[in-house]
Amino acid sequence: MSTHAPHAAHTDRLVALPATLDEAVAALAAVPAAVPVAGGTDLMAGVNAGLLRPAALVGLGRLAELRGWAYQDGHALLGACLTHARMSRPDFAALIPALAAAARSAGPPQVRNAGTLGGNIITAAPSGDTLPVLAALDATLLVAGPDGEGRQIPVSHLLAGRDRLRPGELLAHVRVPLLHAPQTFLKATSRTGPARATASVSVVLDPVRREVRCAVGAVAPMPLRPLDAERWVASLVDWDGERGLAPEALAAFGDYVGMACIPDPAAPEDGGEPPQLPPALLHMRRTVTALARRGLGRALA
Amino acid sequence: MTYQAGDAAAVTVVASQAGGGGQGSQAPHGLGASVPSAEADAKVLGTYPYTADLWAEGLLWAAVLRSPHPHARIKRVDTADAAAMPGVRAVVTHEDVTGEAGLGRTVEDRPALASDVVRYHGEPVAAVAADHPETARLAAAAIVVEYEVLEAVTDPEKAFEAEPLHPEGNLIRHIPLRHGDPSATGEVVVEGLYRIGRQDPAPIGVEAGLAVPRPDGGVEMYTASTDPHGDRDRLAACLGLTEEQVKVYVTGVPGALGDREDLGFQLPLSLLAIRTGSPVKLAATREESFLGHGHRHPTLLRYWHHADREGKLVKVEAQILMDAGAYADDSAEALAAAVSFAGGPYVVPNAVVDGWVVRTNNPPSGYVRGEGAMQVCAAHEGQMDKLAARLGIDPDELRARNVLATGDALPTGQAVTCPAPVAELLGAVREAPLPALPKDGPVEDWLLPGGPDGAADPGAVRRGVGYALGMVHMLGAEGADEVATATVKVEGTSATVLCAAVESGQGFATLARQIVQDVLGVDDVQVAPVDTDQPPAGPGCRSRHTWVSGGAVERAAKMVRTQLLQPLAATFGMSAELLSIADGKITSYDGVLSTTVAEALEGKELWATAQCRPHPTEPLNESGQGDAFVGMAFAAIRAVVDVDVELGSVRVVEMAVAQDVGRVLNPRQLRARIEAGVTQGIGAALTEHLRVVRGVVRRPDLAGYALPTALDAPDVRIVRLVEERDVVAPFGAKAASAVPLVVAPAAVAAAVRAATGRPVNRLPIRPQAAVSTG
Repeated sequence: MSTHAPHAAHTDRLVALPATLDEAVAALAAVPAAVPVAGGTDLMAGVNAGLLRPAALVGLGRLAELRGWAYQDGHALLGACLTHARMSRPDFAALIPALAAAARSAGPPQVRNAGTLGGNIITAAPSGDTLPVLAALDATLLVAGPDGEGRQIPVSHLLAGRDRLRPGELLAHVRVPLLHAPQTFLKATSRTGPARATASVSVVLDPVRREVRCAVGAVAPMPLRPLDAERWVASLVDWDGERGLAPEALAAFGDYVGMACIPDPAAPEDGGEPPQLPPALLHMRRTVTALARRGLGRALA
Repeated sequence: MTYQAGDAAAVTVVASQAGGGGQGSQAPHGLGASVPSAEADAKVLGTYPYTADLWAEGLLWAAVLRSPHPHARIKRVDTADAAAMPGVRAVVTHEDVTGEAGLGRTVEDRPALASDVVRYHGEPVAAVAADHPETARLAAAAIVVEYEVLEAVTDPEKAFEAEPLHPEGNLIRHIPLRHGDPSATGEVVVEGLYRIGRQDPAPIGVEAGLAVPRPDGGVEMYTASTDPHGDRDRLAACLGLTEEQVKVYVTGVPGALGDREDLGFQLPLSLLAIRTGSPVKLAATREESFLGHGHRHPTLLRYWHHADREGKLVKVEAQILMDAGAYADDSAEALAAAVSFAGGPYVVPNAVVDGWVVRTNNPPSGYVRGEGAMQVCAAHEGQMDKLAARLGIDPDELRARNVLATGDALPTGQAVTCPAPVAELLGAVREAPLPALPKDGPVEDWLLPGGPDGAADPGAVRRGVGYALGMVHMLGAEGADEVATATVKVEGTSATVLCAAVESGQGFATLARQIVQDVLGVDDVQVAPVDTDQPPAGPGCRSRHTWVSGGAVERAAKMVRTQLLQPLAATFGMSAELLSIADGKITSYDGVLSTTVAEALEGKELWATAQCRPHPTEPLNESGQGDAFVGMAFAAIRAVVDVDVELGSVRVVEMAVAQDVGRVLNPRQLRARIEAGVTQGIGAALTEHLRVVRGVVRRPDLAGYALPTALDAPDVRIVRLVEERDVVAPFGAKAASAVPLVVAPAAVAAAVRAATGRPVNRLPIRPQAAVSTG
């Protein structure tokens, strides 16, 4: 409980530190140009480099209600301020294994301790590690705004720019289905220590709906979903028996995903040889292919 | 005599126990002991003063405006808006540069601030002093510069025909080396093309400086220079001041791999301090640091190795093209090293080597540890692997058949007179047991390429073993006057060393303490901070301070010792040679005389100053022949790597190092130097390359430029340290930091070649080059 009136207190300040979600929304409403900041691992790096100069900040560090998660009709309602370090822990990994794996691989411990799930989504960097997992899970973003919490945005819509946060809106929660089935997240990097993904793949099994869902990160501005490949491979899986697939089927799935995400260049209209894919892109496709094959193989093992 | 690595570890353990053992026990001291660095505690605790921590009353902050274009003509610079901003105290451009001299290291060809043309992305154009760093940055951004963008020359192969980028032309140096019979041919010829990337020194602490105006119109510069006298002389020339009016104080050095603190910001800083009459400070951003300082010369190498059927080398032909960036800097010397060591530490009876270093609009190249030698090592070792594969001989065996030894001649005609135990080094790494494959253990214990949560699949991981031999020269080459001066004072129970050799993490201050402890038997030795009032000791690079400055300290200490002992000896009617000093006590050979150093001093202060100047060298002549180097150091490394051959990800599992060190002066520091060199070499082999697209640097930050982390650093196993003393070097010790860095990238490349069967002719090794479909 705050003794301050929700509106007046923060208007003339450059930094607001609300203690509740309502206060945070009010602070944003009071200064629409303010930028919410949680872990600050992306935002403050931009500020320090002189690339960003927010007119005001709304610090989310005191919003205890967004740092945990709750259960809701077979879903988990994840707070936007959940840190990567928290998501890496075994109890969380038991719930949503792929998200835990992505969080574990995201940067060095200092970054994982500060960086949050919501920050990862809002920054929407192509290499954001949690993004392909959220795309594969068909996660839904719950947005709080001046009209109260209620607006829901599919994560893919936000990342693709089909739907944006409006002024005064704040990402509050992420709703993720609890599938109780294996999930994987695999990431290719340039070194053994923490590094940004050069390509990442998340594979999620949904045994109830008998679906395989797959998303590829870091190769495009937003995670890519190879829907045809998903449907094709789901039809091969024996959902009632042992779910394993033959190595040839796994390899075919990998190729399918690789070709879907990094297609061959179109042949010129006047006929003739289609242009060759440059070696770097060819390698990217090979990487996606291997990651998708391994990811599915490990999920079905 | 050889020194086993196991012994080194034992010594370290014993020494550290003794150090912490409390009363009676003595801390390790003297040469050969693992004396800990005096700054280590302060550095770990974060209290060590670096330049960025400095503060002065009335401090102003500087910002430098840098060119966004790799090549452009400056049509107009308008500083009015910037100067009018509140809080801005001064704006300087090339018009304010008062001196005449250009700014460069060995060749003075670089303007202090660009006047009519900018020649690389990040070249300083103007600078601002303001009362707040953000104000200074905003003001720098408000300076209007009108550019006419010119076509950038970014392909060194096209630099020969391109319009001159500089009044002095695009070709900085060409060395056509001819040795033996240039027309000799071998029964077997292998050809290879190699490319070496642009490694950045990427010091942990970026550039920073504090300039304070002097009442006499001069300036005092506080910065982490590794060449204080050189920086002072260049600053004075550029500012039109006398050397007495400029003084450089060396502050804590946060990492250096050769030259540090480029004058591109020291000069504007000094100008601003003189102009405003206030202290002015600048702390560069990581981006500025990447843009401003010198990088390793990117190099293109084409080789033909001729050999007979037995694998004996007949001739090495090579064409070496180095990219200097827009300004010469140390390029001529880097080229000399590359051409001279083009064949590697092997007997090469005939050689035809052409080396060129040219100007481009790429980022500036400068001195980075092992410059020149590292680039050719990756190439000649690639050729040896290729030759071995062609002849069906094991790569290590082929190398063993060609190794250089003391007395053999380099392709420059210089006879190798120092110890060259190459065969022994190779033997040591060949005999060392291989690390076990973790096949039988649980997969979780196997650190696969890509890390603990990476994507690697144990089924796709192949292990490779590769060998590399290499060499590097020590000290300036081709007639460079290498000289250092040191003063040693002793008073009471403590001694002080004054020497302008900068402790940049290489351990010089510790070594100086060890030397004085050894010679004078005094335990408490202080090394004074460095400034330019002291006599010069030269730049802290090219592996020189152990040799030259260490030699000067030893000589000065010995002179003090003579002053101390002579009167004593005279009193007792014996010669001073019969007295010895240990642990603060002076004793005669027969034990009759026994006194302490403090008593013998009788309250006096004794001091002596001495110089060390190694034997002279000569420039390479028009056919690349000449005794150009004072000394050389060698190493052999065996790399073991794991490669995920589908993803092309590489992890170095182990590096087994055998090194020619002359003499171990401090086992713990030596180990640290070798580990650092190997790790930096792994960076050069796998990730470190500053990306440039048409002359514009891409992602100049530590996320875009991937340095090795603790997980990337392998087990560095020192299998042998060969201690054959180099008789011309003080203490017989050879420099230890550069040669592991020279050899490590070549060893990693050889191991990846073995694991994948791919040619691997480009460093850093890109993942697509380490993918094996077979």
